[in-house]
Amino acid sequence: MSEIVLETRDIVRDYHIGGGLFGTGRTVHAVKGVSLKVEKGKTLAIVGESGCGKSTLACIITMIDAPTAGELFIDGEKVDIAARRLSPEMRRKVQIVFQNPYGSLNPRQKIGDVLMDPLVINSDTPAAERRDRAMAMLTKVGLLPEHFNRYPHMFSGGQRQRIAIARALMLNPRLLVLDEPVSALDLSVQAQVLNLLADLQDEFGLTYVFISHDLSVVRYIADDVLVMYYGEAVEYGPREAVFSDPQHSYTRTLFAATPRADVESIRKRLAKKAA
Amino acid sequence: MALLEIENLTVTFDTASGPLRAVDGISLSIDKGEVLAIVGESGSGKSVSMLAVMGLLPWTATVKADRMTFEGRDILNLKPADRRRIIGKDIAMIFQEPMASLNPCFTVGFQIEEALKQHMGLDGAARRRRAIELFEAVGIPDPEDRLSHFPHQMSGGQCQRVMIAMAISCEPKLLIADEPTTALDVTIQKQILDLLMNLQAEQGMGMIMITHNMGVVAETADRVVVQYKGKKMEEADVLSLFERPQHAYTRALLSALPENATGDRLPTVSDFSLEDAPYQGARAQGAQT
Repeated sequence: MSEIVLETRDIVRDYHIGGGLFGTGRTVHAVKGVSLKVEKGKTLAIVGESGCGKSTLACIITMIDAPTAGELFIDGEKVDIAARRLSPEMRRKVQIVFQNPYGSLNPRQKIGDVLMDPLVINSDTPAAERRDRAMAMLTKVGLLPEHFNRYPHMFSGGQRQRIAIARALMLNPRLLVLDEPVSALDLSVQAQVLNLLADLQDEFGLTYVFISHDLSVVRYIADDVLVMYYGEAVEYGPREAVFSDPQHSYTRTLFAATPRADVESIRKRLAKKAA
Repeated sequence: MALLEIENLTVTFDTASGPLRAVDGISLSIDKGEVLAIVGESGSGKSVSMLAVMGLLPWTATVKADRMTFEGRDILNLKPADRRRIIGKDIAMIFQEPMASLNPCFTVGFQIEEALKQHMGLDGAARRRRAIELFEAVGIPDPEDRLSHFPHQMSGGQCQRVMIAMAISCEPKLLIADEPTTALDVTIQKQILDLLMNLQAEQGMGMIMITHNMGVVAETADRVVVQYKGKKMEEADVLSLFERPQHAYTRALLSALPENATGDRLPTVSDFSLEDAPYQGARAQGAQT
């Protein structure tokens, strides 16, 4: 049996919106009891539209945010950040890459410092070694050592996303949470970043939680797929099963709404238009 | 006669590090009732060329063309006052970011009636009636109530519907949609595309759809122009473009689609030789090394 890197059991996250002087507060149920399991070296894709709670779930998995109820296991170890502070070892195990490479890098920080910061905070690696490892990581993600002393504005969107991935990998994580890593990128750059992710997964045996609303990307990269709708996991299963035989009506709506770029469907559309 | 005709359009921006040629010799034409898609990656000059048509570029831009006509009338050297009579009425544009293109300080009703007042010369009551009619046409529920809402009270999809209502309010002959669905979810994208295509068919508008999404192209276009670094790479009707792409860049774009993936890794655009597509403004490449 293979190792389970990530497991959640009935994760719930409620946000309480405080009432003002006259109004009463209300509660938003962002995530309503999601359970999932990811094996080592596999990719789980979480799909859903904006506001369905997929990023909230990502924050809980990354141990940034505490769930209201439910249990989170990383490498079989139970984590509860509300109860006690996380050890640096746990922190190191899960890293996240955010959607917008323009917003997630500090414009006043050089790339080298961006990459070395996680080591400064979470480990006691000496400065020379930190530098060597940052240099090595730069080449690993397809950048050059001379990029070390440059600022984020000097890079294109795809390069910035590579930097964000490099930063996440500096601590040798077990699990990488990717929150829409390619949705801000052009088609060809998207292909490069997806290839990079696949290469890194092979090399380090990384486990991915890949959040996306683009079904064609999900179909390409995922092993398992979880479809979320209004905070609930409405569909969860292996990729082939979900794509060939969707059970929930929302999943079917999602598939129907995805634009198709094959010759057959163009022919059909043109025929319909001519009629 | 073609609705819009552009021949050899060049747009150059004056920047601190010298002139940057964003659009380099683009020619295209569109007929009444036709849907033309312009596809390209960011920086390919697809938005800039359409902003040049609208006359919305900043003063740092130099627009040159052998010919730029709308219904046979020159629109390149138009006086600002004459241009304002065409722009927003006969040629309307929908922008990418619905939230950012609406003014947050005014109600959506005020903003849509402003266009009607400017171009149609309707009185207050007629404007309001027309605004309600337009909101119904684009599928906004409860139109009377919605007119007094501010943009921040509406979702992204609703705001895009308001933008579309505003663009079609004066019954344009040409509608330019600049990435109308990029900021939206797929289910909302489907609704908006269906709405645009229905309106286009009903009113017989010419439509230019600017996008980088090949799926959107396949679902909407009659004819496609592929642009790369300011130059036109290929022009074809939609079926032959997807069936038999002629240019190396088009083939590269199509094979970079994840749904067309055959092997373990995706081919990327740099895997293809693009020597036949030299780019004069070397600044974009210089910045990457």
